[in-house]
Amino acid sequence: MSLLEIRNVSKVYGELKALDNVSLRVDQGEWVAIMGPSGSGKSTMMNIIGCMDKPTSGEVLLDGVDISKESSKRLTDIRRDKIGLIFQQFHMVNYLTAAENVMVSQYYHSLPDEEEALEALGRVGLRERARHLPSQLSGGEQQRVCVARALINHPELILADEPTGNLDEANENIVLDLFAQLHREGTTLIVVTHDPEVAEAAQRTIVLEHGKVAREIINEHFGQ
Amino acid sequence: MKRFSLSVRSLLRKPGRTAALALLTAFLALAVFGGSVVVLSLRNGLNSLEARLGADIILVPSEAQSKVSFQNMFLQGTTGAFYMDASVLDKALEVNGVEKAAPQTFLASLKADCCSVKIQVIGIDPETDFTVQPWISRSLARELGNMDVAVGCKVEAGVGEIIRIYDQRCKVVAQLESTGTGLDTAVYCSMDTMNALLKAAEDKGVSHKIESGDQVISAVYVKVRDGYSIDTVNSQLTGRLRKVTAVRTRSMLTGVSDSLAGISRTVTALIVAVWALALVILLLAYALIIRERNREFAVLRLIGASRRMLSGMVLTESALCGLLGGLAGTGLAALALFPFAQLIESALNLPYLMPDAGTALLLAAGTVLLTVMVAALSSMAAACRLSRVDPGTALREGT
Repeated sequence: MSLLEIRNVSKVYGELKALDNVSLRVDQGEWVAIMGPSGSGKSTMMNIIGCMDKPTSGEVLLDGVDISKESSKRLTDIRRDKIGLIFQQFHMVNYLTAAENVMVSQYYHSLPDEEEALEALGRVGLRERARHLPSQLSGGEQQRVCVARALINHPELILADEPTGNLDEANENIVLDLFAQLHREGTTLIVVTHDPEVAEAAQRTIVLEHGKVAREIINEHFGQ
Repeated sequence: MKRFSLSVRSLLRKPGRTAALALLTAFLALAVFGGSVVVLSLRNGLNSLEARLGADIILVPSEAQSKVSFQNMFLQGTTGAFYMDASVLDKALEVNGVEKAAPQTFLASLKADCCSVKIQVIGIDPETDFTVQPWISRSLARELGNMDVAVGCKVEAGVGEIIRIYDQRCKVVAQLESTGTGLDTAVYCSMDTMNALLKAAEDKGVSHKIESGDQVISAVYVKVRDGYSIDTVNSQLTGRLRKVTAVRTRSMLTGVSDSLAGISRTVTALIVAVWALALVILLLAYALIIRERNREFAVLRLIGASRRMLSGMVLTESALCGLLGGLAGTGLAALALFPFAQLIESALNLPYLMPDAGTALLLAAGTVLLTVMVAALSSMAAACRLSRVDPGTALREGT
């Protein structure tokens, strides 16, 4: 059963065609990597799937709802209820502690629960750093807090944009292990990356070139 | 975690930014509350002076105007004495249109061994007086007895104490409420007591009576009957009474009133200038702050905050800064004005009567409310601009 279905989506910025008649499908519980060089349309794809932008044409069905036709307010609701976002630059709120950064996501979703936030931080190995401000955390730790923030509301889809782009190898492995764990629990993951090693961790890789799907690679060694 | 606490955390963990915004709004509150209290105190002072004088016309000996400035007597408590025959009172009462007329006799005590303090002593007739007696009645249930005195609030003698005037022992039986004028330094007594004091002064070689005969008074306070023109009655009194000048109370207070209007205009202009300046600075400050926080708001939008929620957060933060600044500014103004009311009165040289606690509290509450509203309003434009920003674009530009 598909969680995400993109049908003939194009996105045009003036003269530039960022996405050109792209179609793809992501099943529930699947871990998909989207790869491609700079300017291939990865970020545009991420923004459209993440309800941050709308396509110029085509349909984007997320859990059966065509998000390409929804209003900005409705897109905010869908993003809050169904998607957990992870960014390359972490994007933590700098005056909130690690626990509060997780709780603020709960606040906008439902009700903040500190114990649950601490549990989420425990899952990413940062329970003892819960009271620290972002400035007191390393890059790897900040990204792990962002993972905890993304998964706190149990989203159907985790959408990560270059999640390991600013991390050293050790922290990259920790984050990928966390993704693997989430995948085993049935969470759908879409990871936008230019790093082949990160892409290889996924079940399937979709390669974009010049705004089109150039090829799909099934990872035959996935899970081994 | 509620939105309120998110706003509070943002304010607490950015103390420099919070303090700067609060300081700006504190200036607003300081200007509004301080300026309003000064203007109100001046108005109160003028109203109080008018009420205490209580008369439409004051009759005084013609030579009095060259001897003393009435304005200084009433505003600064300058001592002065002049006399005329007591028959002026009866003649004034015969004039058509005069409803009431009450005599007062002035005596200046000396700064000498004979006297406790140098003050203006004013003799009144408790039965006919309509100017001071109502004020005395608020503090004393009976009439002033022989050698009893009622003292103004600034005379340093409490009820029950004895003060010496030309070696006469006078008992303080009442202390009057503040008027914010020179009348607060005067001492009031009955005409019998005044006659005794005049005699004692003469015995000390301080002669006041001159050629005025045995029964002397210094002034007659006249209340004009309703329906009669004060100017007409004034002309009739001037025509009928020789060597007596009829002074209109209103004209005597014109100078005070003009000064007050001038100060009010200046204070109001200052308040408007401070507000305009602070408002421009606040608008700029919020625009810069929102710009600086663009990335933070974009993140909050991406994790589920609606535009309305973010605008609400900005408004809550600015309103809290306004509240903090409003309380600080109002408090500072109160600390600067209330304990130093007497100094301000001396500096302004105008009747100055601070508002009562209830009015001051209302004024303070109004100022704080106004400051909160202005702070919130000045952030509204920035909050509106913020709601139009696309979070994805904001994050890309911010990285």
